[in-house]
Amino acid sequence: MTQSALIIDRNPALARTLETSPPGGALPELSGLDDEPVKEPWLPAALLMRWGVRACVFIAMCLIMLPGLWVMLNAFRTNVAILARDSIFAATSYTLDNFRDVFGMGDTAGIPVKAYFVNSLVISVTSTVIAIAIGLAGGYAFARYKFRFKKTLFVGLMLSRAVPGIALSLPVFIIWSWLGLIDTKVGTIIVYVAMNVPFSVWLIDGFFRQIPKELAEAAEIDGCTRWQAFWQVEFPMAKSGIASAAIFAFLTAWNEFALASQLTRSTDTKTLPVGLMDFTAQFTINWAGMCALAVIIIIPALILTFIVQKHLIAGLTFGGVKG
Amino acid sequence: MKLLRKLPPEARLLLPAFVVILLVVAVPLLFSLYTSFTSYRLVRPETIWNVVWFKNYLKLFGNSDFWWAFGRTVLFLTVVLNLEMLFGLALALLVNQVTRGQRMLRTIMMFPMMFSPVLVGFQFKFMFNDNIGIVNHILQNWFGVTEAIPWLVESHLAFFSLACAEIWNSTAVFAILLLAGLMAMPQDPLEAARVDGCTPLQAFRHVTLPFLMPFVYIAMTIRSLDVGRAFDIVKIMTNGGPAGRTELIWTLSARAGYEDARMGYANAMSYVAVLLSIAFTVHFFRKLNASRQFLNEVDA
Repeated sequence: MTQSALIIDRNPALARTLETSPPGGALPELSGLDDEPVKEPWLPAALLMRWGVRACVFIAMCLIMLPGLWVMLNAFRTNVAILARDSIFAATSYTLDNFRDVFGMGDTAGIPVKAYFVNSLVISVTSTVIAIAIGLAGGYAFARYKFRFKKTLFVGLMLSRAVPGIALSLPVFIIWSWLGLIDTKVGTIIVYVAMNVPFSVWLIDGFFRQIPKELAEAAEIDGCTRWQAFWQVEFPMAKSGIASAAIFAFLTAWNEFALASQLTRSTDTKTLPVGLMDFTAQFTINWAGMCALAVIIIIPALILTFIVQKHLIAGLTFGGVKG
Repeated sequence: MKLLRKLPPEARLLLPAFVVILLVVAVPLLFSLYTSFTSYRLVRPETIWNVVWFKNYLKLFGNSDFWWAFGRTVLFLTVVLNLEMLFGLALALLVNQVTRGQRMLRTIMMFPMMFSPVLVGFQFKFMFNDNIGIVNHILQNWFGVTEAIPWLVESHLAFFSLACAEIWNSTAVFAILLLAGLMAMPQDPLEAARVDGCTPLQAFRHVTLPFLMPFVYIAMTIRSLDVGRAFDIVKIMTNGGPAGRTELIWTLSARAGYEDARMGYANAMSYVAVLLSIAFTVHFFRKLNASRQFLNEVDA
């Protein structure tokens, strides 16, 4: 970082560009609005308008939250209470039994959720790391080099992502079974890497394009190799963008079902979304257990999103708009 | 290795990405194209050499179930994508009006996007359950509805329920991107429009909306990349039922492939699904490029 600071010192024009367009957090006013109290005229119409907006926002947010809350509440209720349609406000119907069962600490042997959780984690993390490494190389190439068929290659990459998972799963299922990759973690990881590469390339390309080319060039003039210039100047500046691409990739892998339901069969490989199906028998569904598992699936995703939301928005928009 | 060194650096950087895509997407798709011309059945492996040319496709196009599923899929996507766009726009405009606590609202807004589609399917299956679901519960307790409404059993209601689940899951994509667009928007033109005597509606129609269009197309492009996710929701909620009345092209081909093991036929059908998705994506990508050019010209 000292090196790039030096470069900026020597180049006032560059320093200005950097100040006006902070890398990574590309939306300048995204968070600035929170604290400013806005004085509005005391007109009844304006007041009515303001309260109208507030009411609408409140209703909209309720609609958004309701399905999630409903599942979370029911994760703490017994199946008996759910089926008997006890009031959700009755405190007596609440219990932690579902979570005990799900983790195999209760009376029922039940479903090996712990194994599924580990499978999900291993598959998602590994595929994310590989996809980001590949996406980093590809995104950098698209952002920094000029070459023939660039646009065609880019569109081709995007279109490969547009293939519906279920349509892809049929041939992949056959080929993987010939290669002996069915019901292995490796087989699923390879598929998820391919699923996540195109979108990672898109996001990372957008982030690198926001970083002025001149920075790395200046570093090269100062005696860095291109490789060093990349790791010491460009990479640190694109870090937040890469992180949000990684989280997007992780969530895609964590949530995927259509392919995983065919490629994973046993306790050693099944991921959590596939494990959710274990709660359905032919005619009955264990709603309480399923809700508990749903909570377990959603919590890591929520935490990650919360951490990254600002960069995610910036990456999505600016990777797309400034073509 | 020597050959690899001869390549220009950009080709070396792009190589891993294209190798992976080739291996997992291109080769399997070519393979499924081939099998769609055979009478391949999983249970009889030797049938993979039995080339029947266009018989699968002819059978497909002569099958009214397929055309119903195809029509339903197009209708479903059109309805769902447009409603998501409208709701997303409304939500973005609303949240943009709020000055205090906006960051929290944005986080809540993103909430549904993080749910796995399978999970959304189960959630809404649970909520719309005619017996123990919260929807009927509310209708019966607060609105005096006496009978239990069979949300997932009657075909139109089932379609409605599926659309609800899909819209809940994906409206956030539009809302977030459009909100980012609204916040990046320069205020001067709006100010000028107001000074010139535009009504708020006119200002929205002629100033805000044109500025937002590239953001709409980005959202549409990103969304069209994974419309196929809707399979998960449909599979869980109705699995194409009751009696095939919510069958979409994805569930139909999955059934032909995995349950009936008629891989050739299923692959022919999934090829139609692939082309449909690609058509959606290409369409929005074109629009995105056009509006990008427009923006770049304005910048310059």
